[in-house]
This record gives sequence, C-alpha cells and structure tokens, in this order.
Amino acid sequence: MTVKAGAESQAPREVLLVEDSPGDVRLTREAFRGANRTVNLHVVVDGVEALAFLRREGVHAGAPRPDLILLDLNLPRKDGREVLAAIKDDPSLRLIPTVILTTSDAEADILESYALRANCYLTKPAQWDAFEDLVQSINDFWLTRVKLPHRARDV
Amino acid sequence: MTTPSGGPPLVVLLVDDSPSDVRLTQEAFRATDRAIDLQVVDDGVEAMAFLRREGPHATAPHPDLILLDLNLPRMDGREVLAHIKEDVRLRTIPTIILTTSDAETDILGSYELQANAYLTKPVPMATFEALVRSVNDFWLTHFQLPHAVHGS
Repeated sequence: MTVKAGAESQAPREVLLVEDSPGDVRLTREAFRGANRTVNLHVVVDGVEALAFLRREGVHAGAPRPDLILLDLNLPRKDGREVLAAIKDDPSLRLIPTVILTTSDAEADILESYALRANCYLTKPAQWDAFEDLVQSINDFWLTRVKLPHRARDV
Repeated sequence: MTTPSGGPPLVVLLVDDSPSDVRLTQEAFRATDRAIDLQVVDDGVEAMAFLRREGPHATAPHPDLILLDLNLPRMDGREVLAHIKEDVRLRTIPTIILTTSDAETDILGSYELQANAYLTKPVPMATFEALVRSVNDFWLTHFQLPHAVHGS
C-alpha cells in the first residue's frame, strides 16, 4: 500500500503506550487528546502484554501495527529494557520507532536504553504543564515531522 | 536573540555539503532556547575523522546528536550511518537523517541501518525546538560523566 506524499500528516497514528501507572496513562491520554485527535492510543500495562500486542497474539490478534511505541522502563512481569531488547532483536518489529518515556533520569538507564537501540529517551516531568508540552513535542516530532518507515507497516 | 537556558552547550554534528542548508540549520538552532555548539563537516570521510578524533579533529568534542545528510561526497551518508552504528563508542549517539529525499527506499534503508529518526528538508524551526527538547535527557548523560562514559 503506498501513501501519497502529504497524506502522512493527516493519517491517523497508532501509538502503543506501555505503562503500568493508571495515573500516567490518564495524563498521557489527555495530553494526546489535546495535541492530536487523530492519535489512536493503545495501552498495555506490562511487558508481556506489550510483546503480545506487537506480535498480535491471543486477544491482540487484530491489533494494528503501531507507528510509535512509548515505553516505560519499570514494568511488571517483563521490564521495559527486556521489551526494548526484544523489539530491536525482532526484524518484524525493530523498525518501529521506540521512545523510552519513563520517570528515571539516571544516566545508566539513558545510556543502556540507547545501547539497546531505543530511538529516543525522554524523562517524564512531574508537572502537568511540562508533561503536556512533552507530549506535544512527541506529537510534533515523531508523529508529524519524522518520516516513518511505511513498508514496516502492513496495514 | 533568545537567552540559552543554561548548562553546557549541546554539541551537534551536522554532516551536510550544502552551504545554504547548513546556514538554515544554524539559524534554526539559534532560534531554540538551548545553547548549541554546532559543528559542521561537509563530507562522509571528514565526518568519520571528526567522530574518531583523527588528524585535525584530534580535539573534536563528542557530539550529543548527529544530523546526517544521505548524499555526501567521498563517503555517502548511508555508509557513515553504518559505521556509526557498528562502532560501540559511537552507536549510542542519536543519529538523525536530515536529507532531501523522501523516497521509501531511503527512509526504510535508514531505519534498517538503525537511524534514530528521519527528517526531510526543509525542516521548520519548531521541529528543531522539539528535537532539542527530545535530546535533553541524552545531554544529561554527557554532562554528568562525559569521559567515564566515552573515554577509551
């Protein structure tokens, strides 16, 4: 399926949010609603479910392929570092831009994430306004401006 | 002119052989609220010498971000990208392709070579602002332990 030039910025974006904190999920949903109403935000709450969603297994058999993955590091069942490593080791998943969005600003976590081939690392701000700005940035950069690898999407 | 928000400048290596595009990028970074140290090289061979601190680039600063055009003299951007992502000391530097091509083969090929992101020129200033905010956290890494992490 080819996408006409210029059509990309209007096409709905599928975003997978991997986040176990219900409060952060709600904040992210609200911030995306304010930034871009064409975003379909899919939420999974642990690392095992994240991989099942991406591999379209079980209840996720009909899941769309995400255009972008927002991944927290500290997750139940399988942590974000393992999920990141699994994504980047899988030829059918590794081209999906994967942005770490987490509370930690520890340099060990930042460096490890880039070593595991995260596309980008963002620390969640504590204040709502700053968080809203960050989601706006994510939308402006990753969902509007960045060219995404379309052939990796088998829509 | 906006006031930088403080802290050491973000070092950005721009690899681009078009003087007019280089000037546009310089202006766009000047419009952001972060102090940017923009280093420019105009071909792929010089890019690798800069990153490896060879010859005249022996004291080059370690970049926090690389903006890489694909079509370059001497060594093209695809080769530069491959070298960066194969080198354990360089592959953690976020490397963003910034080029004129919007061809699917170039986009896909770049992501396959582990480019962190792909942008087509021209890029609006607001995008550079968003970009600078995106690399904020990586900058913290270099600020805190630049030599311990990157010395070899």
